[in-house]
Amino acid sequence: MKAKIHVTLKQGILDPQGKAIEHALDSLGFKKAANVRVGKYMELDIDQTDKAKAEAEVKAMCEKLLANTIIEEYRYELG
Amino acid sequence: MNIGVVVFPGSNCDHDCAHVVKDVLGHDVTMVWHKEASLAGLDAVILPGGFSYGDYLRTGAIARFSPVMQAVKQFAGDGGLVLGICNGFQILLEAGLLPGAMLRNRSLHFVCKDVYVRVENAATPFTSFYKPGQILRIPVAHADGNYYTDPVTLAGLQANAQVTFRYCTADGKVVPEVNPNGSLDNIAGICNAGGNVLGMMPHPERCVEAVLGHDDGRALFQSMLTSLEQKKLAVVR
Amino acid sequence: MQAGMPPITQDLIAQHNLTSEEYQKILAILGREPNFTELGMFSVMWSEHCSYKSSRVHLKKLPTTGPRVVQGPGENAGAVDIGEGLCAVFKMESHNHPSFIEPYQGAATGVGGILRDIFTMGARPIALLDSLRFGELHSPKNRHLVKGVVSGIAGYGNCMGVPTVGGEIVFNDIYALNPLVNVFCLGIAKKDKIFRGTAAGVGNPVIYFGSKTGRDGIHGATMASDSFDDTSEQKRPTVQVGDPFTEKLLLEACLELMERDLLVGIQDMGAAGLTSSSCEMASRAGNGIELDLTVVPRREPGMTPYEIMLSESQERMLMVAKAGKENECVAVCQKWDLDVAVVGKVTADGILRVLDQGTVVAEIPAKALADDGPRYERPYQPPAYQDMLTNLNYDLIPDTKDANAALLTLLESPTIASKRWVYEQYDHMVRTNTMVRPGSDAAVVRIKGTNKAVAMTVDCNSRYCLLNPYEGARLAVAEAARNLVCSGAAPIGLTDCLNFGNPERPDIMWQFVMAIEGMKDACERFQIPIVSGNVSFYNETNGLSIYPTPMLGMVGLIEDAERTMTQWFKSEGDDIILLGHTREDLGGSEYIKVVQAREQGSPPYLNLDTEKALQDCVLSLIRGGFLQSAHDCSDGGVAVALTESCISGPEGTRGAVVTLTKGRLRNDAVLFGESQSRVVVSVKPSHRHAVLDHARSMGVPSDVIGTVSGDRLVISVKNEEIVDGMIDQPVSGLLDRWACALERSLNHV
Repeated sequence: MKAKIHVTLKQGILDPQGKAIEHALDSLGFKKAANVRVGKYMELDIDQTDKAKAEAEVKAMCEKLLANTIIEEYRYELG
Repeated sequence: MNIGVVVFPGSNCDHDCAHVVKDVLGHDVTMVWHKEASLAGLDAVILPGGFSYGDYLRTGAIARFSPVMQAVKQFAGDGGLVLGICNGFQILLEAGLLPGAMLRNRSLHFVCKDVYVRVENAATPFTSFYKPGQILRIPVAHADGNYYTDPVTLAGLQANAQVTFRYCTADGKVVPEVNPNGSLDNIAGICNAGGNVLGMMPHPERCVEAVLGHDDGRALFQSMLTSLEQKKLAVVR
Repeated sequence: MQAGMPPITQDLIAQHNLTSEEYQKILAILGREPNFTELGMFSVMWSEHCSYKSSRVHLKKLPTTGPRVVQGPGENAGAVDIGEGLCAVFKMESHNHPSFIEPYQGAATGVGGILRDIFTMGARPIALLDSLRFGELHSPKNRHLVKGVVSGIAGYGNCMGVPTVGGEIVFNDIYALNPLVNVFCLGIAKKDKIFRGTAAGVGNPVIYFGSKTGRDGIHGATMASDSFDDTSEQKRPTVQVGDPFTEKLLLEACLELMERDLLVGIQDMGAAGLTSSSCEMASRAGNGIELDLTVVPRREPGMTPYEIMLSESQERMLMVAKAGKENECVAVCQKWDLDVAVVGKVTADGILRVLDQGTVVAEIPAKALADDGPRYERPYQPPAYQDMLTNLNYDLIPDTKDANAALLTLLESPTIASKRWVYEQYDHMVRTNTMVRPGSDAAVVRIKGTNKAVAMTVDCNSRYCLLNPYEGARLAVAEAARNLVCSGAAPIGLTDCLNFGNPERPDIMWQFVMAIEGMKDACERFQIPIVSGNVSFYNETNGLSIYPTPMLGMVGLIEDAERTMTQWFKSEGDDIILLGHTREDLGGSEYIKVVQAREQGSPPYLNLDTEKALQDCVLSLIRGGFLQSAHDCSDGGVAVALTESCISGPEGTRGAVVTLTKGRLRNDAVLFGESQSRVVVSVKPSHRHAVLDHARSMGVPSDVIGTVSGDRLVISVKNEEIVDGMIDQPVSGLLDRWACALERSLNHV
């Protein structure tokens, strides 16, 4: 089973990279782009056929290592 | 004294810390490979700067799972002195030995330069050689030093005098313009409630010898070593 | 022919950048047609980048020996004795083409490559410097390149924990499509523990370690041997990605392997990867190597022998271990979490024999690949435009009317402006040895465990080299040495990185040959050996070539680190003395470029004996403790040198009140002309007469020109009895212009 995990800074935490990209988009003429948030995307294979078990495992990975929940939030897709 | 310097894969200020303790201040140093599970025989532990595990994922995020970190937690829990400098500070945060987390510098750039910091708490075992409010000139060198924590935790740090160093001007004013990374409340270093675990972004080991320009960092190591000596004497008596 | 390998056709040979004569030579060597893998191996090893086929006949003229030389050219890096059983190991290399295509990774892997060259010699790297050339900053593309290259250097060097202590950056539109990224590294090794890339001892195991092999960078060496055209940006997939974390582990593992005396020879897999490292090590020892690709660690499935032999994946090494020590070697690599495999053995037959799954897939005499490549004596002659470049009628250029404005313009020119924005992104203090940080004439790093320090500088004024390549190269050697001397160091060795256009053009080849002659003459006069180097040809796009840029990295020794000197004024009331003679040297100056918008004229006059006398004088004054500061006059002349002495110090600014003698010169030549063999020093008033007497005794002109004083820089020019105030500026304003100009240009404000 493949897990696709997105980790981003929590809402309310300043994202200077996002701000820089927003600024660059603006100067390139993409005036309608706003609220850029930069995050990490991770993909991994998980040797598990039971979706609930896989989900529990991915959640544990995120909590323990993949995200720092003081500053980051995460979401994932399994399939 | 015998001071342990932990070597993670990617540590790169390990030799610098060892040089200060051994060659400059004349104490013993043990380099502790990150796979060691014990810190037996050591009087204090330094987690040095560098790029443990390449800073991949997040700074300090992988190093905190090295076997040695269990021992460091135990050591700190027993009241042992633990000093985390730069990447060492980041590891202490990820390991939960100090509260909060590190964000990218607001400039998005790595920044290496001398800054000024004010000693906010001169009553810790790491700062007793300084006067309260003393201003130190000290180098920083990092890309992720933008300290963050939630407002409640911050209030607690402030109330307990756990904020040890703040970035300031040459004459001691704590203002945002001189903050090199955007850290909350100009925080440059914090300690735990017991005062025996200190994490700081600036590099005291880089300013110990006048030949390199400044020696404001020397007193930090002297404070640490003297406090260990006093503790030993107290036990003997 | 093996299954799946394309037949050798004219087209395939041409795609490999091999001429038909070169192919005939391959047929003669093998006595048969090469297979596809062999063709690829010849093509990379016989590329300009690896074989030096156009340059070798000329490089032989350079002086490479001397009493301190421990290792001259031909190894991974050069080594020079610094006493107490230690030597300085150093080299400079270019990573120009990859940096244009992908600036971050191009620059980062450039740093990675030069670091490996140093630590494979058994030296721990202690300092990096970079010499960069970009187009002007009004173009977004150039700003993008600058930012990318700087973050690439920072990303790699910082992670490795090797301080980037200095360098130089020049902006000129001639580099817009061919930026230069030249990286210098210096390490310290025990003199009796230098390691070389040699596959000695028949039967000894050959061990691969480091990262896995992927498909990246295939044909990097041939890319570096080709000019750019409009399709170059599509060549992106051949750029390698750097992993500084693995390199840091590789560094520690190598030094541990060497410490434990397990190795016979070692070489990094740089350009041409496994092919170059194996055939060069075999050839140096007069042996052969048998390699089994089956066990080479790979990142991707289905890689062919061709791809494995040509891959330029980074952070890989090949070592020849002492027989019976392979298990210990493997254990050290595993401790550092590196991939490792015994991939072959040293053989007696001189053949590089490559096997895959039990089949021989390539069989070539190692020496033929490594050393018997083509040699060309390419034709050379000066271009027709050369006279037009040097003829500059000064009567048509009015003397400066507003020297204040001219000074401010020069200080804001990115070439002269402070590079603080750049070096603050580099960790320049890690390893706690940096005594003089970036921003002085030379960087100075102490050697722990001794009283010594080494000074390093990278220099080349490529405009001088364009106007007169022979003089330009001599001037580069003189300036580099002067920069070292101003920090209190005696020059002891040189590495070069020779960046030029297409050597198949006689005008470019002429520039190259003249530059070599100039370097040779100056190095011989100053007795500075050239111990390592690199040539980068084909720096041209759509037929437009860069200025000839023979970049020099020079190393000096300070026996007593306490006698290290810096360029900034120290104390109110000190006398300012100008050592050396000012002439009408405006040709090729930064002033003529920035203020008068011309890049013409003859470069400044240089007499090597005069220069040597000046340098000996300055060095003896520093060693005697007579000077407070010393700063070489270069870009922007004495006015800029004085300004920098006022504003570049880490402890704040100083003012100065100065009067210069005009004689028959123009005002702009007095202020901004770039006459050579001049140094601005400051001295305590009590030392004034001793300094003047000493200079006189050494035949060096000396003139007390002013005093360190106040918070303004005031420069007057005296003609007969008339004194004209030319420059009067608050130093705080000069500092602001100079310190912030680069960042403002990069942010386009």
